[in-house]
Amino acid sequence: MSERFDCRDAFQRTLIDLATHDERIVAVVNDSVGSSKLGGFEKAFPDRLINVGIAEQNMVGVGAGLANGGRIPFVSGAAPFLTGRALEQIKADVAYSNANVKLCGQSPGMAYGELGPTHHSIEDLAWLRAIANLPVIVPADPVETEAVIRWAAATQGPMFIRIARFPVTQLHRADYTFRLGRATTLREGADVTLIACGTMVERALEAATLLATRGIGARVLNMPTVRPIDREAVIAAAEQTGAIVTIEEHTVHGGLGGAVAEVVATERPTPMRLLGVPGVFAPTGSVEALFTRFGLTADGILDAALALVGRAAA
Amino acid sequence: MSQVRVQPTADAIRAGARAIRRRNVEIVNAAGLGHIGGDLSAADILATLYLGVLNVDPDQPDDPERDRYIQSKGHASGVLYTTLAAAGFIPDSLLDTYMADGSPLNGHPDRNKVPGVETNTGPLGHGLPVAVGTAIAAKLDASPRRTYVLCGDGELQEGSNWEAIMAAGHRGLDNLVAIIDRNGLQQGARTEATNALDPLDAKFAAFGWAVRTVDGHDIDELLATFRAAPFERGRPSCVIAHTRKGRGVSFIEDRVEWHHKVPSAEQTAQAIEELSE
Repeated sequence: MSERFDCRDAFQRTLIDLATHDERIVAVVNDSVGSSKLGGFEKAFPDRLINVGIAEQNMVGVGAGLANGGRIPFVSGAAPFLTGRALEQIKADVAYSNANVKLCGQSPGMAYGELGPTHHSIEDLAWLRAIANLPVIVPADPVETEAVIRWAAATQGPMFIRIARFPVTQLHRADYTFRLGRATTLREGADVTLIACGTMVERALEAATLLATRGIGARVLNMPTVRPIDREAVIAAAEQTGAIVTIEEHTVHGGLGGAVAEVVATERPTPMRLLGVPGVFAPTGSVEALFTRFGLTADGILDAALALVGRAAA
Repeated sequence: MSQVRVQPTADAIRAGARAIRRRNVEIVNAAGLGHIGGDLSAADILATLYLGVLNVDPDQPDDPERDRYIQSKGHASGVLYTTLAAAGFIPDSLLDTYMADGSPLNGHPDRNKVPGVETNTGPLGHGLPVAVGTAIAAKLDASPRRTYVLCGDGELQEGSNWEAIMAAGHRGLDNLVAIIDRNGLQQGARTEATNALDPLDAKFAAFGWAVRTVDGHDIDELLATFRAAPFERGRPSCVIAHTRKGRGVSFIEDRVEWHHKVPSAEQTAQAIEELSE
């Protein structure tokens, strides 16, 4: 089994490196030094780690104020609370104000498994994707996390970055370059396209291997930018493979699957399956148990793709 | 910037405030929209800040070392735009487009369209957290620049303010001045009948702020108070400015129904006459 990584480590490592070379970089947290894995940052830059306490609305507003003062704030907290509690601050103070704030949602999806639906963040992509002027980015591995954080620091403007805690394998080569709004093709195939983001990308790749043993060629797209979605890649997938499965650690309503479906429905109607949490609050369970329950596994993706290809062929 | 600027007298600021009020009534009448009550209650505070206190330069509205004025009560955009025009940030003629189709002068201010606006407000309880952020940024820079934030009294019912008030007190942000436009009215009724704020001074003091209570229509007192900030080293300053909603126009003053009522042509003429002496 290949080595697995918590993307928060890449997040902190990169942020410390950036902050060493750029005075403007600060971190803003809601008593989340530990859950954001920013202990090393705090040690290196005690004055530039601004902990506002358990107060997400203030945290996001303070981030906007720091950006107004010329700083580059990485506002970091557990994704469910950062996005759900401070949604109006994200809309008004950050996105609408065009503040140079980098919102970092930690431990998203069902990373807090057994802690239950209050701590699951499976609505964040839908909520934030509806807000104008706010790129929504979901790195899939530590290499992509580092690339996105470096890009974020160098790019003026607001954005949301969803940083996985659930351990993932390294999918990208060290020289990977992140480009906003661009999917990367991790595997070619002509019969179906699997479009995934974040923790689900490696599972899509595993499913593609299983599909190959059945004689089905699956294209695998890593879609790190949920907004703006890579329309060209989606249209090409629809035209060239005629069937699309989306996979996300998120509700099936309004996230990656919704974004892909909007393009497919308007540009090139094509049969689809949307894998994710099917509009329910998850039962008690470990992350892996919940992934299995909702078909967010290589086997689950395989089943969905087989059903879809069968239907598409009929 | 302000070091080379001639400080206007209190009389000049009073005249400026009267002119701001007259123009404010005109643009609300012309737009057929606005929040005239909350505009007029804050007019003396804005006139004092922009004409006598703030270190800002309309020719360099983005100067990193400018003072920050953040208006949390974004619905009082009429008085903000009118004051920004009086201070030279936007042309006076632009005020004639207030809330017209395609105008940069939205009903609530947009910093990306209007020079001098620091953050987009409108939903209540947003200004203070952003002001805490700009004040922290100044501390990090070891800069003498100040942040002034104007809050409506009713909006202090929003919990986000108290998160920010707590954080400012904890961090001892003595470069931050919060001004409460204490007109005692909110959209539907008196604040004290809706969800009481008093004792407001004790609440701020309990969160570590140095508090002064002033007559929010007394330019001399406002000037002296703002220039005395910080009231205590190591504490943020709170100015509770007792005001009257609709101040200066007899039929608007202290009447709850004038939160966002629009004066007719006749009422506008009468208001301008009352504001002319």
